[in-house]
Amino acid sequence: METWRRNPLVFWIFLVPPTIWLAAFFLVPLGLIWVFSFGEKRGLVDIEITWSLANYVRALEPLYLQIIAKSLWMAGLTTAICLVVAFPVVFAISFAPPRWKPILLLLVILPFWTNLLIRTYALIAVLRTRGYINFTLEWFWDGGNQILTAVGLGDLQLLGASFQPLQLLYNNTAVVFGLVYVHLPFMVLPLYASMERLDKSMIEASLDLGASQARTFFSVVAPLAKPGIVSGLIITFIPAMGSFLTPNLLGGTDSQMIANVIERQFKSANDWPFGAALSFLLMYATFGALAMRSLLARGSPGTEHGA
Amino acid sequence: MLKDKRVRPSRRSFLAGTGAVAAGITVLPRFAVGAEEPKLNFYNWDTYIGETTLDDFKDATGIAVKMDLFADNDELFAKLKEGNPGYDLIVPTNDYVQRMIAAEMLDALDHSAIPNFKSNVAAQFQEANFDPGRKFSMPYMWGTIGIGYRKSKMDGVPDSWKWLYDSDKYSGKIAILSGKAAIESALKYLGHSLNADDPATIKQAEQLVIRQKPHIKVFAADNGQDLLLSGEVDITMEWNGDVLQVMEEDDDIGYVVPKEGGELWQDCLCIPKGAPHPENAHKFINYILDAEAGAAIADFIQYATPNAAAAKLMSEEYRSNPAIFPPEAVIAKCEPSVYQGAKRARLMDEAWTRIQAA
Repeated sequence: METWRRNPLVFWIFLVPPTIWLAAFFLVPLGLIWVFSFGEKRGLVDIEITWSLANYVRALEPLYLQIIAKSLWMAGLTTAICLVVAFPVVFAISFAPPRWKPILLLLVILPFWTNLLIRTYALIAVLRTRGYINFTLEWFWDGGNQILTAVGLGDLQLLGASFQPLQLLYNNTAVVFGLVYVHLPFMVLPLYASMERLDKSMIEASLDLGASQARTFFSVVAPLAKPGIVSGLIITFIPAMGSFLTPNLLGGTDSQMIANVIERQFKSANDWPFGAALSFLLMYATFGALAMRSLLARGSPGTEHGA
Repeated sequence: MLKDKRVRPSRRSFLAGTGAVAAGITVLPRFAVGAEEPKLNFYNWDTYIGETTLDDFKDATGIAVKMDLFADNDELFAKLKEGNPGYDLIVPTNDYVQRMIAAEMLDALDHSAIPNFKSNVAAQFQEANFDPGRKFSMPYMWGTIGIGYRKSKMDGVPDSWKWLYDSDKYSGKIAILSGKAAIESALKYLGHSLNADDPATIKQAEQLVIRQKPHIKVFAADNGQDLLLSGEVDITMEWNGDVLQVMEEDDDIGYVVPKEGGELWQDCLCIPKGAPHPENAHKFINYILDAEAGAAIADFIQYATPNAAAAKLMSEEYRSNPAIFPPEAVIAKCEPSVYQGAKRARLMDEAWTRIQAA
């Protein structure tokens, strides 16, 4: 594994492009935005770097904390639903016959081949008042009414006087639904990776030794799949937290998430320093959460043994 | 109704709100020579020029126009902010004209090279509150923000902002444009200027919208016309051009500018700083302000032209369409939104954030 030590030249040659890429397109722009977050607007296009903390102080106002809390809740709920939905999917794929696995995985990845915007508009066409779900329900309603009429109960209006379409769009439920739809593959793929590595005989052993299905899942499968679960949670939660397109297009009058506020600072409100401060506040919070996780992970084996 | 059934995607296409449409970046060579080469780089909205205007201009002057498209003012502003990539002529909306003037992104126009401005453009467009003296901008097209509605679901014509902001009559079937426009129309309803910058007045408008929230279905990101067409809402605040587009598809849809007045927008022809072909740009501006050329553009894109000489050549149907030309008395109450600096922008954005968080 340490062969690169014998061939340092090759190693450095291969290391240069990704380093330049990372520096030029990630670190430098990110650094600029970080510097902006300590700036003040001077006129329309100029930002003066005054190293003031005013933008962070403003970002900590209750108004924005409330929106951040709401975004955490929406993203957290999305992540939880993704986990619950992803587990059966992952079980199905990893216990499927080998020749089916690539096809099933492909089906999971397939939505990525379509642009997010197009997928969201497709979702609108499904969910809206005159959308496919309501068309289907109306069809059943009509059918039900015809049957009732046929058996002589038509006048009682058991199903209501007219079909009432469900209001599925433009509310927080629609946003969470949209976020789950978009982020599900982020949860399925890492879970699948760790399930594939999982020794299936462990499950058999657990069941043979008399553990129930639920006990097997929580005491054997879940601990063994933990790395996959954790990375799934992280890479689902972070982009969900930063979504602005989904709440914008599917949300109602109160579905704004923190990323919508940030987007506006860089566009219509034209307040880059404040937008930058809000973004970095989120980033610090994420780093904090990740650091906490690794601290907890370090502490956990001891507590397990202690119990 | 318009007889014109051309499929004509709206200039402010609904994708614009999401910023997802991106016109290709074109970095064009600059020529710093005395006599300009016969070329012009035009940066315009989608479907916002006559069908043959560019070819006709080339036939008349030999100048070849290359047109790139942008999706919204933010995109235009962002692209020119860090230096002009080679455009000679751009079409910003009035408030962005003002921002660009403040940011010194525009070149002053030479009125002597645009004789058609004085002779053809209607009196009310000779001056502009966002560009005193019209030093930097020429009017291209104008329009209004008003109410699009489904005729069969209304009692009469909903000619007041009341039906959007202060009534539960159409509860759950109301859409309001998101952002600044939501607050500015509320200001109009309350009898203020939509440019009011006093915090207490803005607060009043904010509270009006918050009180109405239970009845509002959605704050539409510029797609109110689609919501109206699909039956999701029955009444919506929208740009007139967008509603006009769905009126062509559905006879049951109407448009009215409320009696309290609304925003009057104006798209302008401007020359950005560093334009490689400013002389050609002046020639093209003058050509657009010509009566026949202007009429050909207005006829194709169906927006209101400020070019009085061109309007005279247009059909009665165009001139009497209330979605294009609202009644004089209503226009008198409309006003362009003026950019009033960072402080007001922040007041408005915070009000908007609070409205959504409430």
